[in-house]
Amino acid sequence: MTFNLSSNIWVWIAVFFTLSVYSFLWKDNPLFKFAESVTVGVGMGYAMVQWFTLSLVGRFWTPLTTDFSSRFHLIIPAIMGLMLITRLIPRFTWLSRYALAFTMGAGSGFALPRVIQAGVLQQLYATMLPIEFSLHGFLYNFIIIVGVLSGLIYFFFSKEHKGWFGSIANVGIWFLMVGFGATFGYTVMARLSLFIGRVLFVLRDALGFLKI
Amino acid sequence: MFWKKQLPLIIVFMMGLIMTVQYFIPHHVSKWVYVNYVDWAIVIAIFGAFLGYFSFLRVHITRIRKKTSNWVFSIITLASLLIMIVFALIDGKGSDSLFQNMFLYTSAAINATVFSLLAFYISSASYRAFRAHSAQAVALLLAAVIMMLGRVPIGDKISFWSAWGIPSINTVSQWILNSPNMAAKRAIALGVGLGSLLMTLKIILGIERTYLGN
Amino acid sequence: MGFFKKLEKLDRRIIYIVITLAVILPFFFPMHMPIAIQPEVKSIYDYIESLTPTDIVLFSGDYDPQVEAELSPMFDAVLAHCFEKNIKVIVANPFSIMGMGLVEPRLKKLADEYNKVYGVDYVFLGWRPGGFLLILGMGEDFNKTWETDYYNTRLVDIPLTQNIKDYDDIALVLALAGSAAYNSWIVFAYAQYRQKIAAGITAVMAADAYPALQAGQLIGIMGGLRGAAEYEQLVHRPSLGSVGMEAQSWAHVVIILFIILGNLGYFASRKRKK
Repeated sequence: MTFNLSSNIWVWIAVFFTLSVYSFLWKDNPLFKFAESVTVGVGMGYAMVQWFTLSLVGRFWTPLTTDFSSRFHLIIPAIMGLMLITRLIPRFTWLSRYALAFTMGAGSGFALPRVIQAGVLQQLYATMLPIEFSLHGFLYNFIIIVGVLSGLIYFFFSKEHKGWFGSIANVGIWFLMVGFGATFGYTVMARLSLFIGRVLFVLRDALGFLKI
Repeated sequence: MFWKKQLPLIIVFMMGLIMTVQYFIPHHVSKWVYVNYVDWAIVIAIFGAFLGYFSFLRVHITRIRKKTSNWVFSIITLASLLIMIVFALIDGKGSDSLFQNMFLYTSAAINATVFSLLAFYISSASYRAFRAHSAQAVALLLAAVIMMLGRVPIGDKISFWSAWGIPSINTVSQWILNSPNMAAKRAIALGVGLGSLLMTLKIILGIERTYLGN
Repeated sequence: MGFFKKLEKLDRRIIYIVITLAVILPFFFPMHMPIAIQPEVKSIYDYIESLTPTDIVLFSGDYDPQVEAELSPMFDAVLAHCFEKNIKVIVANPFSIMGMGLVEPRLKKLADEYNKVYGVDYVFLGWRPGGFLLILGMGEDFNKTWETDYYNTRLVDIPLTQNIKDYDDIALVLALAGSAAYNSWIVFAYAQYRQKIAAGITAVMAADAYPALQAGQLIGIMGGLRGAAEYEQLVHRPSLGSVGMEAQSWAHVVIILFIILGNLGYFASRKRKK
């Protein structure tokens, strides 16, 4: 069990901020607020620089200037994008609607057939499974068909959940509960993984305890 | 009124219709429209980002000017932002640059730690909130416990009964995921799919127009 | 005060200390428990095994620092596998600006380890605004959609990317997502272009992805740190995922004990009230 402390100053800055954030578990304090402000500022600075270099220069300016004869039309969407800023000026807010209309309309048009395809039809095809008279057929195909249908009936609120309809909806609730249980189990796992990630950082990168 | 309201809605309708129809027509003209629209929309998004950055700066500068509560932290935020820009200018943004290290060891580290606090809160919630109130709640808790044990190596370690041919916790968790969980999530996904379908239709037809602002 | 009464009033900080110990101690006293491989992870491994050095895998690193602990180990493990097999790699972040800062140093480090040449064996595109528009654009004109790489070189001037036209040239998209971004890949790349997609997602979202797996929209799923650990085992490169599984195991046991204790206290107080 040997420790090999890091000589990288950045690692210790990260350790300082890590502990500052954990101090919040005791109670809210200025150290936590300081860390909070730094992360917002640094994050926004990072985003701005990357946006400028990759998007504004790389995706707009470079193609426009190197290939102006065929890409000059990019100036039009650039103006439309700038029009979005008029949202902050009440008198001219309506100007931003053109850029929004252009993107929202097309975005919805793009989504419509593809969501039908991927989100509805392909999911329905995959539910149409053969009923097999075997243990596997019961544990998988039969349960999947019953689960999907009863789940859908549970979400159908145009008819009162009474009688046979209510009974099927009730079966749907059981399936949903098992599904939520699975999600809950996985959520616990996810949250703990994030903490493990920080512990691994301190043990490996800062203290040099883990050699991986 | 026409310029401020009707025309944008007409544009929404036309664009929605064109892009929906385009999907079903693999003609070169249709593809030309598609490719060029995407090209334009990306540029709109690039310039649209101005709005976000501008709002961000405005909020913090106003806070400092009016000296509202915690205004000192707005100074720290803006100073951090400025430091990032200076670092990028003097040292570039390569793998081991000041810019990259500042991001990785401050912002990324803090963000990761803030989210890891949830591990503590979920532990506390597990102790205080997850109660076996009813039979259905028991089903939820049971599925959760099987998942928690089945997804980690200790689940296999304690499944001594698997030697007698009885499925291990890992096998049961795998079945839960692929069968009842899958069925439940598909029912939800179908609902979500149909819901988002309706939403896109409402946008194209101009019924949903909150995104246009007041 | 009775035992159950005390249980009800347990200070949250005691819970915090117990969970901290449950996570930290296993690193000092490891049990080296074996990690079983699930079919949904193995299928990703098998698919990449079947690829040749002329194939390209596109890594979509759409995750922020918040979930880095779960997804970066997956990125490392699959990238190492691709480099090991001399498969070409393109890394992009269509949905996450912060994701760039997380994957770039890792990409560089692994590329150096495997002696890979930038522009020939791998390319880093980074982020552009647009999200799903980028996915749509790549379906028709890859180079026009991105224009330049992360270092502002035009894609038409880079050997690896100059001949890429559309998804026909991409063998697999690995969507590493801390959000529903993997679903955008399904809706916009699979539905229209039948692009093969594998999902590396946080454990929170893993259970929701099984309908897509069963419907054949995904070739496989890596869920959370466990998914990363399994892939590390498959490529014989145990790292953060595999090491973290010990702590994960004991922390889960402690949480289950918390649930049991909490319920014992609840039933005891209900009995008292009756």
